[in-house]
Amino acid sequence: MPDLASLVTVPALLASVFFFIAGSVGLVRMPDTLTRIHALTKADNIALGLLVVALLPQVGSIADAAKIVAVWIVVQISSGAAAQLMGEVALAERDAASSGPDQRGMAGGRDA
Amino acid sequence: MMTAFDAGLGVLLVLAAVRVVATSDVRAAASGFLAYGMILALAWVRLESVDVALTEIAVGSGLTTIVILRAIAHVPSPPSSSTAGAKAAVGLLCACVTLGLSAVILGLPEPASSIAADVAMNMPATGLGNPITGVLMVFRALDTVLETIVVLLALIGVWALVPQERLAGRPATPGTGRSPEPVVFLARALVPIGLVVGAYQVWAGADVPGGKFQGAAVLAAMGLLLMMAGIVKAPAATDVKLRALLLVGPILFLAVGIAGWPLAGSFLGYPPGFEKPVIIVVEIASTISIGLALVMLVLGPPGRASS
Repeated sequence: MPDLASLVTVPALLASVFFFIAGSVGLVRMPDTLTRIHALTKADNIALGLLVVALLPQVGSIADAAKIVAVWIVVQISSGAAAQLMGEVALAERDAASSGPDQRGMAGGRDA
Repeated sequence: MMTAFDAGLGVLLVLAAVRVVATSDVRAAASGFLAYGMILALAWVRLESVDVALTEIAVGSGLTTIVILRAIAHVPSPPSSSTAGAKAAVGLLCACVTLGLSAVILGLPEPASSIAADVAMNMPATGLGNPITGVLMVFRALDTVLETIVVLLALIGVWALVPQERLAGRPATPGTGRSPEPVVFLARALVPIGLVVGAYQVWAGADVPGGKFQGAAVLAAMGLLLMMAGIVKAPAATDVKLRALLLVGPILFLAVGIAGWPLAGSFLGYPPGFEKPVIIVVEIASTISIGLALVMLVLGPPGRASS
């Protein structure tokens, strides 16, 4: 019985760690805010989903399983909304940076 | 295996702390502080202090970081990285405190003197299942009364920062005028869940880790989210209803404390046989007061709303 559970847990956990690392590397290596958010949210969502899949066979009761799934849902809601929010701010800043220098006739402005 | 994990946690904790102090960017320092709090909470969990971990995440890390970030946004020119001399002095002071604490902890008698056995022996009399709540609400109730009052005093301190005529104004909610779409979505999707979680933490605190401070922080966060989404307006500091609710917790706690003299023979003694119901009523009243006080603390000085 524990072997069957491990058969699901171990590969899912390893895959989860891989995606978490990929997301973190993306966060550090990507060139600008939007792509960084993209890397982080996409990879981390998959990683978290895999983590939930890995943990579910290990829990002792339906209630514990429900709690893990509930945590997953709440993280999905909040991380998705936070990413959208940061994306909006990043877009607004980029627009301000690209249109700002032209409007004010400033030389040597940042080009986006 | 767990030793390696704990060692890694300790190293991470020190790295996060160094990052907070070493960076010259105040925003990076603030977000570093948030990360530091999360790692610290994990360390508390490893020490089996789940109550402390919950408080660390909700109040110590979460709400405090928002207050710091808002303070950064409102300070006209963020204090530029302080001089090397000042930093060195602060670092030296902190190092002395750390060394002193380490010396004290390493010098503790083995086994450390503990009143845990006394608490465990007397828990049945409280009608509670969570020894932390037992200590907070029964054995060291005086400390907890003072804590609820300290939160109130902090709020009075914030309100005292503005001149009298601005006190009637509403504090500014975080963000810029228009509520962004994701925040509105978050308020609609997360608040119902958060209310249940917050209320559960208060209720379950009697028997499992949780309690009024943790629950109040979650409820306060939900309140702030509603305000940021423009669904609820921030109350003005002069609002009589707000002030009454801010006072209900400390006053009820003190009233129960004074009633303890005739009913149980001592200040903060609970009437025998009614310990648990009285404690739960006090916890709920304190949650309301602490939660609202936390909301108003995060919102900051009143009269700053631009509209």
